[in-house]
Amino acid sequence: MLKLPIYLDHNATTPMDPRVLEAMIPYFTENFGNAASRNHSFGWHAEEAVDYAREQVAKLIGADAKEIIFTSGATEGDNLAIKGVFEMYASKGNHIITCTTEHKAVLDTCKHLEKLGAEVTYLEVQPDGLVDLKALEAAMRPTTILVTIMYANNEIGVVQPVKEISAIAKKHGALFFTDGVQAVGKIPVDVIADGIDIMAFTAHKMYGPKGVGALYVRRKNPRVKVTAQMDGGGHERGMRSGTLNVPGIVGFGKAAEIARTDMAADTERISKLRDKLENALKQIDESYVNGNPAHRLPHVSNISFKYVEGEGLMMGFNKDIALSSGSACTSASLEPSYVLKALGLGDDLAHSSLRFGLGRYTTEEQIDFTIKAVTDTVLKLREMSPLWEMFKEGVDIDSIQWAHH
Amino acid sequence: MAYSDKVIDHYSNPKNVGTLDKASKSVGTGLVGAPECGDVMRLQIQVDEATGIITDAKFKTFGCGSAIASSSLATEWLKGKSVDEAVKIDNMDLVEELNLPPVKIHCSVLAEDAIKSAINDYRVKNGLEELVFEERIH
Repeated sequence: MLKLPIYLDHNATTPMDPRVLEAMIPYFTENFGNAASRNHSFGWHAEEAVDYAREQVAKLIGADAKEIIFTSGATEGDNLAIKGVFEMYASKGNHIITCTTEHKAVLDTCKHLEKLGAEVTYLEVQPDGLVDLKALEAAMRPTTILVTIMYANNEIGVVQPVKEISAIAKKHGALFFTDGVQAVGKIPVDVIADGIDIMAFTAHKMYGPKGVGALYVRRKNPRVKVTAQMDGGGHERGMRSGTLNVPGIVGFGKAAEIARTDMAADTERISKLRDKLENALKQIDESYVNGNPAHRLPHVSNISFKYVEGEGLMMGFNKDIALSSGSACTSASLEPSYVLKALGLGDDLAHSSLRFGLGRYTTEEQIDFTIKAVTDTVLKLREMSPLWEMFKEGVDIDSIQWAHH
Repeated sequence: MAYSDKVIDHYSNPKNVGTLDKASKSVGTGLVGAPECGDVMRLQIQVDEATGIITDAKFKTFGCGSAIASSSLATEWLKGKSVDEAVKIDNMDLVEELNLPPVKIHCSVLAEDAIKSAINDYRVKNGLEELVFEERIH
């Protein structure tokens, strides 16, 4: 029996793996110590658990345990990395390069730094969502201290050419930071092979708990430092003060270990389901897959169904299926997704998009149900869409003078 | 955001979806909104020329559930009303009936605009002056 509702929003967050929860439980109760308590066994136990988790997390990304700084999540990691580099390397320069499809935690941090004297270049992406390496090369300046480009995009799932990007940064003497939230735990990420200097990621996108993340900070070739953004006890090699979230960190470690051991099998199974879903929905007339299909996360599909509006579309099945739309139809924000617009999609296509994010517990039965529900709703809404009628009659919708609000 | 039962009902069972002959002199058509804003409504009325009564109304809407519900309800209200009565339909009546939250009020405004635009189309076709409505900030 199919259990409803179906969760297909794994880019937003993931359910916790029961194995992770099991690992965490003792650290709430009997092993409750503060990992910074050096004088008794409660503290030692906690510290041991944190050290073990640090190894588990480091191993997932090919790093050394000493290079892992625990944080509260990736937003903190993004802030700490970008602001921390800006402060630490101020004598070297003030120029930062990023791109327009980054997460708000990166974009808004850059905007904040502009007020403090940073110069920021926001690279446009190509229509397939990938950064143009020539444009990046051309944007590099002697004062460039940081290139910050996400590993994989949260809305369309495209995976950036990280190796090439890091090589360009290195050639010009800049550091390379990447927001790895969507990629780490889903696809192989190796900080050495990828040339990453700093990377933020988080537990709750890989079946771990919310409220705990990590910042990878390279220790050699080059040795990277970031200025702490929170003053206090000097935890985490002085880069991030604050009592460690021991149960969260233990869970993060376990989640990272499972992600590493199960990745190949998970990817094979999930990508088959994703392809099944996508191939079925592509059969609908005037539907378009967004983002480069060859460089994409295995569990994500972002599709625009032209002539129907995303929020209206979701209403057709959102009591049964949980997913996200690129459309935001509220008076506060009539703007559709800035990521889809950055790909050069017209507002109509951006308003018509759905993001499907599959996960470890997604079943074929759920995908079959979703294919039917989405197809039925698209067809039903097109029957009541004036734009669809015009399209069918051959009216050029772009030629109409629309009254803008 | 949770939708009210009435919005869900209109969305699931929309009333009067369809198309009237826009070339007919007795039909008024209003097309409002814009694809870029995420909502476009087309509302049509069929008027009995002798009595001035709206005998039929149809809509097609590209938009969210509240936009679909607002236009569906508007067509229900239009049928049987005289053109003069129809002009008086206020967006806040739609808001109240459908229990729209503040962020969705623009959907009802759009429906009111569609009604007025359809009525003006009918008037112009029949040699009457266009009614002038106050500019509204959406």
